[in-house]
Amino acid sequence: MSDPTAEFVPEPRPRMDLLRFATAGSVDDGKSTLIGRLLLDSKSIFEDQLEAVEATSASKGYDYTDLALLTDGLRSEREQGITIDVAYRYFATPNRKFIIADTPGHVQYTRNMVTGASTADLGLVLVDARQGLTEQSRRHAVILSLLRVPHLVLAVNKMDLVDFDQATFDRIRADFTSFVTKLNVPDLEVIPISALSGDNVVTRSDHMSWYSGPTLMHHLEHIHVASDRDLVDVRFPVQYVVRPKSDEHHDYRGYGGMVAGGVMKPGDEVVVLPSGMTSKIAGIDLFDKDVAEAYPPMSVTVRLEDDVDVSRGDMIARVKNAPVPSQDIDAMICWMTNEPLCQGQKLAIKHTTRTGRALVKTVQYRLDVNTLHRDQDTAQLGLNEIGRVQLRTTVPLLCDPYSQNRTTGSFILINEATGVTVGAGMIN
Amino acid sequence: MNHTHADYQLSQLDQLEAESIHIFREVAAEFEKPVLMFSGGKDSIVMLRLAEKAFYPAKIPFPVLQVDTGFDFPEVLATRDSWVNRLGVRLVVASVDEAVKNGVIVDDGKTSRNRMQIGTLLHAIEEEGFTAAFGGGRRDEEKSRAKERIYSHRDEFGQWDPKMQRPELWSLYNGRLHAGEHMRIFPISNWTELDIWHYLGQEGIEIPSIYFSHQREIIERDGMLLSASESVRPKHGEKVETRTVRFRTVGDMTLTGCVESEADTINKIIDEISIARLTERGATRGDDRFSEAAMEDRKKEGYF
Repeated sequence: MSDPTAEFVPEPRPRMDLLRFATAGSVDDGKSTLIGRLLLDSKSIFEDQLEAVEATSASKGYDYTDLALLTDGLRSEREQGITIDVAYRYFATPNRKFIIADTPGHVQYTRNMVTGASTADLGLVLVDARQGLTEQSRRHAVILSLLRVPHLVLAVNKMDLVDFDQATFDRIRADFTSFVTKLNVPDLEVIPISALSGDNVVTRSDHMSWYSGPTLMHHLEHIHVASDRDLVDVRFPVQYVVRPKSDEHHDYRGYGGMVAGGVMKPGDEVVVLPSGMTSKIAGIDLFDKDVAEAYPPMSVTVRLEDDVDVSRGDMIARVKNAPVPSQDIDAMICWMTNEPLCQGQKLAIKHTTRTGRALVKTVQYRLDVNTLHRDQDTAQLGLNEIGRVQLRTTVPLLCDPYSQNRTTGSFILINEATGVTVGAGMIN
Repeated sequence: MNHTHADYQLSQLDQLEAESIHIFREVAAEFEKPVLMFSGGKDSIVMLRLAEKAFYPAKIPFPVLQVDTGFDFPEVLATRDSWVNRLGVRLVVASVDEAVKNGVIVDDGKTSRNRMQIGTLLHAIEEEGFTAAFGGGRRDEEKSRAKERIYSHRDEFGQWDPKMQRPELWSLYNGRLHAGEHMRIFPISNWTELDIWHYLGQEGIEIPSIYFSHQREIIERDGMLLSASESVRPKHGEKVETRTVRFRTVGDMTLTGCVESEADTINKIIDEISIARLTERGATRGDDRFSEAAMEDRKKEGYF
């Protein structure tokens, strides 16, 4: 056998891009069935997986294949028949790969939903057509908008159980659209489906001729995500200093990191924060190649013309466009552990590649994620609660508002004694 | 020059690569003693490639650990040596036979070699004091992996507790540890089997020859095609036949089955996988067949 890699033609197929989306809902909404349907109809389910699920369904005495069993991964979840953690699923169509963050819907799992939404380009909310909007579906929309997920889809499921009735769908769509005007949702699509029978999931339904919009899969495949990233404000958190110290690369000093915003080019005048020293980009390396431009979310190594002092935790930005270092942080925080967040508490904080400590100065209000009511009469946040909090940090954070940049606007809080991640923050 | 947003859109493979490089750098920056668990299989070769890119032109700043079951394919060991030599990284070999000899684990004659790797691996991690171990696990492989974090915490016994996992948000990873604990790191969590093959093709890098179609003496057992060897001999009623096969995964020779295939190039493998009807583990890994929760149980004990 000669060199088997030789005849490989790179990118023989159309270039694939990536869509990450988060789903929320409980078993009752048919969420697991919907995901099972997307996987099955896009041929991402294998025979052995399907056989295992068919066998389990039969052993439980079901007279149908429970597609939800495909997605409930952990033994305890299978025993209880619920989804309690974030699970990641993968499928692809010819032009796009999809990563689903599959999260539980109940209020006691809000933190899991926040986790799944943190990296999502699109959020999928499910409602049961028979019930219309519930507290749960409103809460899901609120969380997705808080996490600044740029695209939202409401799938009105179980249309088969309301005789594919247009008036029912129109009423739910109107309710939801009016609720969403109070939130930050730049893009909304409402689609009538039946996950169980497959109507409008991948193939167009024969039962809803009154609906002229896209099927769910068509929408997921064609939604435009390229414009969601900030390509104006250069933000490069320095992650790792590359110094080979070898004979061949004796003087090489590069700064490894992932571009968090803007387009960087050799020759650009830049400032290194927090020191404020300025220099020019000498070159940008991607492995053994020079690149002309670096943009989010590329992982590159940046070289500067001057021998300035740069280390992990610093940030490279443009001279006339840089974040203002601040130790006073105003943020929305989702609390993720049993012991409540209280004023006066000290925690570890990780923001981009910086770590430090944070003191909880005030808990300004708790947000009721069902009603958007702000409860000012509180000094703490409990598990799964979200509220507005002021922090004082030991090191200045090089941050932007979360609404401008989801990378430089986010942080996590860590309990210093247990080492556990206890909070997620979005900077105002 | 006028650019549109579309000019600044990375392909999905480039996005996966960027995410993985980010993870390698984060671990190298935050952990005292990382190690890369290397099986010689395609996933761990992709990991080595990503690590090479993450630190280039510097060398990879951590060693490579291989658990030697004593039943590894010679072609795989040859590829391992070639990679390690080219990159100039230190290779740590943790041998199951040595572990049995030293009383670290017990060979009761019933436990599979794959399971015996657990004790061997944990012992090596403890011995060397590694605080972070990169693994090539992918979330598309198996249901319990679908819920595992990229930074996956292990207690002082090396155990994974699926119910006590730390939330993992954005690209902010929490590497805090107590003494004696370590972290398993899965930089290619979001890659699928097809992504791995596309990347291997794109990079044009060396992988073990047994992934490509070849003639091999095999024994058909319980629906699996096992490679005939000194360790796998025909039982009563079984016969040794020569067939045209390739391996979809590589592991312990006594447990890893091959599939009949004519695919002798990466392009043909990609075409084959695209229409495959069985998962790679379901088709070829005896160790995952015993129960629906087999992988979850082994992971809790400290498997890769």
